[in-house]
Amino acid sequence: MTVYPADDVCPRCGQAASPVTLSSAGELWTWTVQRFAPKSPPFVSPPDGFRPFALGYVELPEGVRVAAVLDIDDLDLIRIGMPLRIEATTGVPRAKAIEGVR
Amino acid sequence: MTDVLIAGAGLSPFGRTEHTTGRRHAVYAVKAALADAGITWPQVDAAFGGSDAAGLADTLVTQLGLTGLPFVNVKNGCATGGSALVSAVNAIRGGMAEVVVAVGFDKHPRGAFDPLPADWGLDEAYGRDGLMVTTQFFGMKIRRYMYDHGISSRTLALVAEKAYRNGALNPNAWRRTPMDADQILASGMVSDPLTRYMFCSPGEGAAALVLCAASAARKPTSVPVTLRSAVVRSRRFGSFEVFSPWITGGELSSVTRDAAAAAFEAAGVAPGDVEVCQLQDTESGAEVMHMAECGFCEDGEQEKLIASRATEIGGSLPVNTDGGCIANGEPIGASGLRQICEVVRQLRGQAGDRQVPGRPRVGFTHVYGAPGVSACTVLTR
Repeated sequence: MTVYPADDVCPRCGQAASPVTLSSAGELWTWTVQRFAPKSPPFVSPPDGFRPFALGYVELPEGVRVAAVLDIDDLDLIRIGMPLRIEATTGVPRAKAIEGVR
Repeated sequence: MTDVLIAGAGLSPFGRTEHTTGRRHAVYAVKAALADAGITWPQVDAAFGGSDAAGLADTLVTQLGLTGLPFVNVKNGCATGGSALVSAVNAIRGGMAEVVVAVGFDKHPRGAFDPLPADWGLDEAYGRDGLMVTTQFFGMKIRRYMYDHGISSRTLALVAEKAYRNGALNPNAWRRTPMDADQILASGMVSDPLTRYMFCSPGEGAAALVLCAASAARKPTSVPVTLRSAVVRSRRFGSFEVFSPWITGGELSSVTRDAAAAAFEAAGVAPGDVEVCQLQDTESGAEVMHMAECGFCEDGEQEKLIASRATEIGGSLPVNTDGGCIANGEPIGASGLRQICEVVRQLRGQAGDRQVPGRPRVGFTHVYGAPGVSACTVLTR
């Protein structure tokens, strides 16, 4: 089984775990939109002010669904199952649509 | 095994006030439960109780009476009431006490809860980037459920519509103004696909029960209600919970499914026997999913059941007859025991305008909460 972020013990059995590199391509498993500015702290609003943003879980072939902010401006385009490219950042993981793939 | 009876049930007014403290709510509810049982505080052998955010239950003795009884504080998130109840049952069955009080109370500030990442073992980035918001989880869980099982947004609205309709019939509820499905759908998205009026709000209130061994029951002035089972479970591997940076692939486990199955097994009752139930409705999607997770229907059947009014007070499985969390608000420590108070009233035939017809004999309650706890009870008369 695979977890995110990497941990040195398995959450199911407590045995030692080893790191793997996850795929960057996956599919959107579920999602929602954060419509209002979360309470600050802990939220840090972007310099140009809060705008509603999407977030969801990206299902990866390694058998893990990873929470990510979705960098998709047109919220109407978001669909369960849409192909996404996810990457780790200094914040939470971020994912964007893979262009040209349906 | 000793039968445990609910001898008294009491609620404080639910809602939001300027000045009433959570502790004051608790004293009110305990006194109401004692009066309902026809006893006084010095007759109580032991007490268990707690709140999530409104103080320590054992300090209530200052107002209730310094009788020297053992009073144990319980703090178990949404299962606080359920855990206090299980402790009370065990105190009776273990021979520690014959008459026991369980109390849950709370008072939360206006608006969404604002937990900190460090308290959840998460990197600060989850707070900084805006992912420490509980409503996101509820939106994402029901979104996937709707996709997998064909549940429509209208069904979510009908659940909330029922909550306000039932709340209007309940003098103790907070939200008592009926609202139709179209208004609920148009009330603005909070966490898609859930709109503003599909959610409960953090609020304030208290609920208390007097429990006793069947052998200690004084005079059966009202219909005796038996607590057939009370079960608390924490999540197993593979569940989908609030504030999870990841979920495992494949089929997911459910703590609600585990707790409900254990409660039915311990009671020797099947979901099909239940005639009135209270299910955690943090938002209307939760009620839909919990109908299946508790065993009352298959996944996806809710779409037809709710449209055919099966979960209304006059339906085949009345759900959240007092308006649930949506109409009563969510004082975390109190909600689980509020549900039991409502089932007790229904089984006694004392629920007034919201009484389930046909003299129900079997009731069920269910709470679910972070970080993956569930408490369920089965009650009969």
